[in-house]
Amino acid sequence: MSTLTVIEAVREAMAEEMRRDERVFIFGEDVGRRGGVFLASKGFIDEFGPARVMDTPLAEACIAGVAVGAAMAGMRPIAEVQFADFVWPIVNQIIGEAARARYGTKSKVSVPLVVRSPYGGQVRGGLFHSQSVEAYFAHTPGLKVVAPVTPYDVKGLLKAAIRDEDPVVFLEHKRTYRSVRGEVPDEDYVLPIGLADVKRPGTHASIITYGLTLHYALQAADKLAGEGVEVEVVDLRTLKPLDAQTVLASVRKTSRALVVHEDNISLGVGAEVAALIAEHAFEALDAPVMRVAGPDIPAMPFAPTLEAAFMPTAEKIEAALRRLLAY
Amino acid sequence: MQTIINLPHVGESVTEGVIGKWLAAPGQRLRRYDPLVEVVTDKVSMEVPSPFTGVLTSLLVQEGDTVPMGQPICEMDVEGGAPADTAALRPPSPPAEAPAAPAAAPAPAPLPPAAPVARTFEFLDSVRAVGPTGSGEGGQGRPDALQDAARAASASQTPSPAPVSAPAPVSAAGGPWLSPLVRNLVRLHGVDVNGLSGTGLRGRITKADVERYLEQVRRHGVGGGPAQPIARAPKPALDPAVESSRMQMTPLRRTIAEHMARASREIPAAWTLVEVDCSGLVAARAAHRQALESNGGTGTYLPFTAWCVAGALRAHPRLNARWEDEGTTLMHRVHLGIAASTEAGLIVPVVHDADRLGILDLARAIRTVTDAARVGKLTLEQVRGGTFTLNNTGALGSVASVPIINHPQAAILATEAMLKRPVVVAGDAIAVRPMMNLCLTFDHRICDGAEAAAFLQDVRQRIQGLSAETRLG
Repeated sequence: MSTLTVIEAVREAMAEEMRRDERVFIFGEDVGRRGGVFLASKGFIDEFGPARVMDTPLAEACIAGVAVGAAMAGMRPIAEVQFADFVWPIVNQIIGEAARARYGTKSKVSVPLVVRSPYGGQVRGGLFHSQSVEAYFAHTPGLKVVAPVTPYDVKGLLKAAIRDEDPVVFLEHKRTYRSVRGEVPDEDYVLPIGLADVKRPGTHASIITYGLTLHYALQAADKLAGEGVEVEVVDLRTLKPLDAQTVLASVRKTSRALVVHEDNISLGVGAEVAALIAEHAFEALDAPVMRVAGPDIPAMPFAPTLEAAFMPTAEKIEAALRRLLAY
Repeated sequence: MQTIINLPHVGESVTEGVIGKWLAAPGQRLRRYDPLVEVVTDKVSMEVPSPFTGVLTSLLVQEGDTVPMGQPICEMDVEGGAPADTAALRPPSPPAEAPAAPAAAPAPAPLPPAAPVARTFEFLDSVRAVGPTGSGEGGQGRPDALQDAARAASASQTPSPAPVSAPAPVSAAGGPWLSPLVRNLVRLHGVDVNGLSGTGLRGRITKADVERYLEQVRRHGVGGGPAQPIARAPKPALDPAVESSRMQMTPLRRTIAEHMARASREIPAAWTLVEVDCSGLVAARAAHRQALESNGGTGTYLPFTAWCVAGALRAHPRLNARWEDEGTTLMHRVHLGIAASTEAGLIVPVVHDADRLGILDLARAIRTVTDAARVGKLTLEQVRGGTFTLNNTGALGSVASVPIINHPQAAILATEAMLKRPVVVAGDAIAVRPMMNLCLTFDHRICDGAEAAAFLQDVRQRIQGLSAETRLG
């Protein structure tokens, strides 16, 4: 076991897969000599050389287009979009092409591609460095969307994503890069995409969450545990495909569900989770499904007070849990 | 490769399990998810599947062993790639909840660890956020000294739950509004919601309220408050280093042991059971509880059942008898033993001439002797001369028991837990009624089944004849 931060887990996962499979290469802005803005590929250019760690122009459409083509031709690209806020130019290549290639060719063509991108707020990134983009991609059949936030999960799932035969959008919450550390086995391992994980068992209520808010949810649950209330915390980890079984099993046990995420509240992953619960666990519910999420405003505000107002926090989650438990 | 398999953590504060049964033998080849071992915990018994495909090479623990979660239980020669050292695996989900097949992964992947007992990661709130650092050679991180201010602002803006004072929601049918879950629970267990008080929002009846009520019923009979608080001896701490240890033999324990052994050895005991509809008993007790308690008596069901039993014993003297070498001796007075569980053990104080007492006096007499038993202040007189024993096993949640006769008496009667059940009533209608089993063990030397059954029917009819109008005097 080693103790790593999330960014170190990202780095180890990519390095191990590049050593394991020479078809894997990294492609993005500043990933080469600079080692990436968050230093995810620090030192890679020295170990793997400029042919496998390639700096690109500031043109995300180019990154995605080259990566999709390379994947179709048998390579295994890891395309880095420096910030999720810059992801819009890749949408045509990823949603319009990569997600449909297998479907449109009767499985003759697959696109084993990973798009890595840091996302999320609470970093004073303002309008253009804080956005959550998962719902746009999770809505698209043909894509897998993964968003783990512990070093163990990040490493195991990123390695699984790189080995996957189909396109995976791998979202890393940038607030967790250095603020979350944890144990990671030294041996080679991967975690299956598509399974949620109960990060904290409990009996009185379930929080279903993913991303940075997992850590806030655990803080809130720990706080209530001091009052004899045991809250179960389910980390979705994979947003597409969603692990309905784990979510429903938890809700059937506790009869109360709080859905938490940082992304805007409407029409997102949380709405899908709430719909699943209403559809399949209606008769297990003893309270309405409640939600804590970012508000429906166009972007993360820059002013610290406004960013704080936007973000779900442990305190907001605790207050919602109290309302849920009192229902 | 040889791999040690650990007992998986199953979460939920379970720290150890007992190896129930090995479902595979050493030398056997197992595929991943094949049944490996049955493990019994204080919560559940479950089948633990093999975490890998390979050959089971040796068992490290035996059936019946108690093993802490996470400890090695067996060794496997695992086929294919090297598994991670975390050989923990999820306990099996209920069939309906089986996890979806994981997306095709090219290498054998260990399953994610079960719900961690100790978290293997931590969120360091104090670590400076990684903001956009600017790109290009030598890009610098932005100053983010305002982080702390943002966090402080966030904490101060926590919304607090709004006070609520609106009336409780009401269903279209007029009763209290029930969530689908609570409605099902109520239907399933035949609970009368009008007797429940809700602790939810605006007095709503929650799942927890129903469960609390059912638990109460299970322990004390229908809707009753705490009937007989039962003192329990604290669990002795067991020294794991020692194989076994002898408990100190108390005089009471020795007496119980001798009586029980003698009764078992000498008495050819027979057993029978009848079901009693307790609607009248419930009504009688509800009507008179306050009077009984304000008179210094117990407000439970016991004085009512004791009154019925004492009356029936008068009418069936062969149940109020003892066997001696010369034959049956009928006892002319009814001295009713009341089995009481105390910290020291079972003790049977006696209410003398119980058949001459009304319900009010019985309630007080029972209260006096059982209280004395609990605090260890019984006089010799209060334990002497019993001619028949009444055992309220229902207080322990039992629905049927086979009591051992209190030697040398002729019989012992157990009143079991009162539970609401569907029963067929007049006109072939189905109704929900509080039902109770009466279990009788009798000495077949003294009387035969017909007499015992007649006595039991008499008790039953007396209990079913109770009502709110039953007189206490």
